[in-house]
Amino acid sequence: MAETKYETHQHEVLVIGAGGAGLRAAIEASAMGLSVGLICKSLLGKAHTVMAEGGVAAALGNVEPKDNWKVHFRDTMKGGRYLNQWRMAQLHAMEAPDRVNELEEWGALFDRTKDGRILQRNFGGHKYPRLAHVGDRTGLEMIRTLQQHGIHTGMHVYMECTITRLLGESPTGTGASRTPGRVTGAFGYWRENGKFVVFEAKAVVLATGGIGRAFKVNSNSWECTGDGQGLAYLLGAEIMDQEFMQFHPTGMVWPPSVRGTLITEGVRGEGGTLRNKDGKRIMFDYIHPLYANETADTEAEADRWLKESTSGITSTARRTPDLLPRDIVARAIHTEVKEGRGSPHGGVFLDIFSRRSADDIKKKLPAMYHQFKELGDVDITKEPMEVGPTAHYTMGGIRVDPETQETCVKGLFAAGECAAGMHGANRLGGNSLSDLLVFGRIAGLHAGKFAKAASAKSVDPAQIDQFASDALEPFNRTEGVNPFAVHEDLMNVMQTYCGIMRNEKDLQTCLKELDRLNEAASRTKIGGGNRHYNTGWHEVIDLRNMLIVSEAMARSALARKESRGGHARDDFAEMDAAFGKINHVCRAGKNGMELEAVPLPDVPDEIKKVLEEDK
Amino acid sequence: MADETPIDGPRGSAEGETPRGSGASAGAKFKLKIWRADASVERSGEFVEYEVETYPGMVVLDAIHDVQAKQAPDLAVRWNCKAGRCGSCSAEINGKPKLLCMTRMSNFDPAEPIVVTPMKTWPLIKDLVTDVSHNYRVAKKIPPFKPRPRDADGHWRMKQEDIDRIQEFRKCIECFLCQDVCHVLRDHHKTEEFAGPRFMIHLATLDMHPLDTVDRHPMIKEEFGVGYCNITRCCTEVCPEHIVITDNAIIPLKERVADDFYDPLRWVARKLFPPKHKKQLPVVQGDTPRLDARGDAAKTKPSEAADAEE
Repeated sequence: MAETKYETHQHEVLVIGAGGAGLRAAIEASAMGLSVGLICKSLLGKAHTVMAEGGVAAALGNVEPKDNWKVHFRDTMKGGRYLNQWRMAQLHAMEAPDRVNELEEWGALFDRTKDGRILQRNFGGHKYPRLAHVGDRTGLEMIRTLQQHGIHTGMHVYMECTITRLLGESPTGTGASRTPGRVTGAFGYWRENGKFVVFEAKAVVLATGGIGRAFKVNSNSWECTGDGQGLAYLLGAEIMDQEFMQFHPTGMVWPPSVRGTLITEGVRGEGGTLRNKDGKRIMFDYIHPLYANETADTEAEADRWLKESTSGITSTARRTPDLLPRDIVARAIHTEVKEGRGSPHGGVFLDIFSRRSADDIKKKLPAMYHQFKELGDVDITKEPMEVGPTAHYTMGGIRVDPETQETCVKGLFAAGECAAGMHGANRLGGNSLSDLLVFGRIAGLHAGKFAKAASAKSVDPAQIDQFASDALEPFNRTEGVNPFAVHEDLMNVMQTYCGIMRNEKDLQTCLKELDRLNEAASRTKIGGGNRHYNTGWHEVIDLRNMLIVSEAMARSALARKESRGGHARDDFAEMDAAFGKINHVCRAGKNGMELEAVPLPDVPDEIKKVLEEDK
Repeated sequence: MADETPIDGPRGSAEGETPRGSGASAGAKFKLKIWRADASVERSGEFVEYEVETYPGMVVLDAIHDVQAKQAPDLAVRWNCKAGRCGSCSAEINGKPKLLCMTRMSNFDPAEPIVVTPMKTWPLIKDLVTDVSHNYRVAKKIPPFKPRPRDADGHWRMKQEDIDRIQEFRKCIECFLCQDVCHVLRDHHKTEEFAGPRFMIHLATLDMHPLDTVDRHPMIKEEFGVGYCNITRCCTEVCPEHIVITDNAIIPLKERVADDFYDPLRWVARKLFPPKHKKQLPVVQGDTPRLDARGDAAKTKPSEAADAEE
C-alpha cells in the first residue's frame, strides 16, 4: 500500500486510558520530571471511573480505630477466595490510606466525621466501616480531583483518540530461549477526523478499564470494551483470571432503557435490605459457610450491628447478610428470581424507604434518588427499588508483576481494572477505586523508572503500514455485516452462555458462537460516510478487543470446573481446593489462543500468619 | 449552520412537551429530526428525519443509538455512561440544552418531530458533536488548589456544614450545558473575556474551600471576567445536577470581588493584610423560590429571549 500518512508524538511515558488509574499513573510519571502523554478514548474526565458511587476503601481507622491494613488485607483475600496475588493485595491495603489522604491534598472533599475527619461507610465484605466517600458520587470526586491536579503537572492530554495497536516486538520462544519483547509506542487515530497518529514512547502504561460492554445487561459505559487486554494480547502479553466476572447484585431492572444501570452498594451500606415478592428479607437464607461466623442470622442482630457500627460504636453484633460479598448476593437474587419469588420485572426489591428518613436518603444517596425519579418513575423515599444482577467488573485482565505492574513485554505496564491479580475471584466494593490509586501510582512510578533507564527504540514503519491498512479494511468492503449487529449478537451470546451461572454445555456453545462472531467481525463493513467521527468504524475496533477478552473468559470458565467468586457453574457448584491453587493464563499461540494453568505464588509465613489471625 | 437551526426561536411555552406518562406509550412511533453536518465538508448541514419505535423508559439517546445501529452508522454523537453521570451527551432538544440520556421520549408528543441539534456555543465537528476544547483550556488557566498545612496529627479537620455548599458545586459533571446557554458566551462570543458558569463554580469551590490558601480574586475579576455575568440565571435552569450556579456561586464571587476592589477601606486593608480566611455567606437551597430576580433578569437581558427559558 501507499506510505501511511500520520503525525508523530514522542513521550518518555505514554499512558493509554484516562480514568483513575491512567490519571494517577500519568501524575506519578510527570512528577518524576518525564515527558508524559495521556490518551483518552473520550473527553478528559468522562472515563468510567466517574460512575463509581459508593466509595474508596482504605483502612484509615477514622470511624473504627481498630481497622488497619492487616484487616483490610484479610478481607480482600477472603473476598477474592484466596485467588488474589497476595503481594498486590498487601501493597493495596498498606498504601490505600496514603493515596486517599493525597487526594485530599489535591482538593478532594470527602464527607466528614463529626470531628471533621474523613468519614467512612460500611460496604460488603469489609469488616469495619472503611469507605471514604462523597454521597454516592465518589468516582466523580476522584476523577475531577485527579484531573484538576493532573493538568497542572505538565502532562500532555490527547482527547478522543483511539489506539488500535501497540507498536513493538512480541516475546518469542519458551523457557531459557525466551526473549521478552519490547513495546515502542502505539498506533491509533483521532476520532474527530479519522487521521492516523503514532506515539513513540519508551514505556507504555495500559489503564483502559473493563469489558462490561460484552454483556447485554451491564453497568458499563461504551468505553469498557477490553481495549487494554486486547492490545496487550496482540503484542504477546498474557491475560489472566478472565473467567472471573463480577455481576453486581443491584442493577436497575426496569424500565428496559436503563436495565443494568448501577445502584450503589451504598444503599445497603446505609441500611437498605433485599426482599422478595413476599416481603421476606432474603439474605438470611444465603449466608455462605465462609462468612457464617461473622454474619448475623437474625434481623434483630443485623439491625443492631447497622445501628451501632454507623454511630462509631464497636458493635458486638455480627454484620448484616445484606452486606455479604457481591458474588454471594448476586447469586442469591438470581436464585430467588429463578425460583419464582422475584419482583414483577424479574428482580428483587431493595428497600431503603422503610429504613431511613426521606431527608437522609436524599442527603446520603442523592444520585440514586434522581436516577430512579427521572429514569424509572420511582420515588425511593416512598417505595422500594427493583434490582437484579448486572455485569459490572472484570477481576481478570493483563498479567503483571505484583511489585512493578510490568507485563511480560518489556516496557509495557498495566494498572486498574484492565490488570489482573489484585482481586482474585471476586472484588470487594470500594477496592476498585483504591486499586486505581495504588496501582496507578505504582505503574506510573515503574514505567517512569524504566523510561529513565532505557534508551529509545525506533518504531517500525512496516508495522505502522500494516496497522493502518488493517484499520481501514472495513471501509474497503462492498459486502459485509453491520458491526452494531455483531456487537448486539455478542452481548446476547455472553449473557446467555457465559453469564452469572455457567456449565459445560453452555460454555462449549459459547465458544462455537464466538467462532461464528469472530468470522462475522472479520467481514464488518462501514455503512457509509467518511472517517470523520464515524461511530460505525469505532465499533469495529472495539469489537475486536471484546471478542479477544470474551474468548479468554469462555476458555478459562470452561477449564475451571468449580464455583468460586465471580465464576459459578451449576455442574460444579462447590469450591474445589485444587482449583484454589491455580490461575488461568491466556496468550496468543501459533494456533490461536492458548490456556495454561499456572500455580499461585507461595505465600510467605509472616503473611500466612496475618491471614490466620482473625480465624 | 447555527443560523439555520431553530435554537433561538421564541419559546414562550414548553413546546411539544407533555407531562410524563401521558402521550407516548411504548411502541409509539416518533420522528427524530437530527442535524447532520460535517465541519470539514463545505456547505454541509441539513436536518434528516428518522423514525424510531419507542419502548418503556426510552430516552432520546436510546433513539439516537437506534438510528445509528439501523439507519445511519456514521451518525456522530458523544456519550459515555447513559446515566446522567458523565456529562458527555449534551445537545439541544427542541432548542433546549439537555442531556440526551436524561430526556425521556415520553415527555414528547409523537405527533411532533423531536428536533435534536448540537450545542450552539461551540464550533461544530460533526452532527451532534462539537469542539468543547475551549473549556479545557480555561480549566488549565485556573491556579490549582493549594492547602494549608495539616493538623499536628496528620489530619485536616473540616466541618461537614462548612463544606456542604462546595460539595454542591463539586457535583458538576462538566456537561457544559451552562456554558452553552450562557448568553455572554452563546450570543456575545465573549469566550476569551468570561470563563463562563462552569468555571465560576470551580472558582467558587476553590475560593470557599476551607483549606485553600490561594487568593484568586484579582483573576476572578480580570482574566475570568465575573462582571460579565448579569445574573439571568439561565445556567442554573439548565444544570442537570440542579446546582444553584448563579445564587450560590456567581453572586457570592461578585460580592467578594466587589468587597476587595470597590470598598476603599477594604482595598487598603487588602493591600496591607492579604486575606487569610474565607468568609461565610448564606447558601440558597435548590428549592427556594427565586424572589423577583427573574423580572430583573429579563430587563437586563440583551435582544433575544433567554435560551431555554420556559
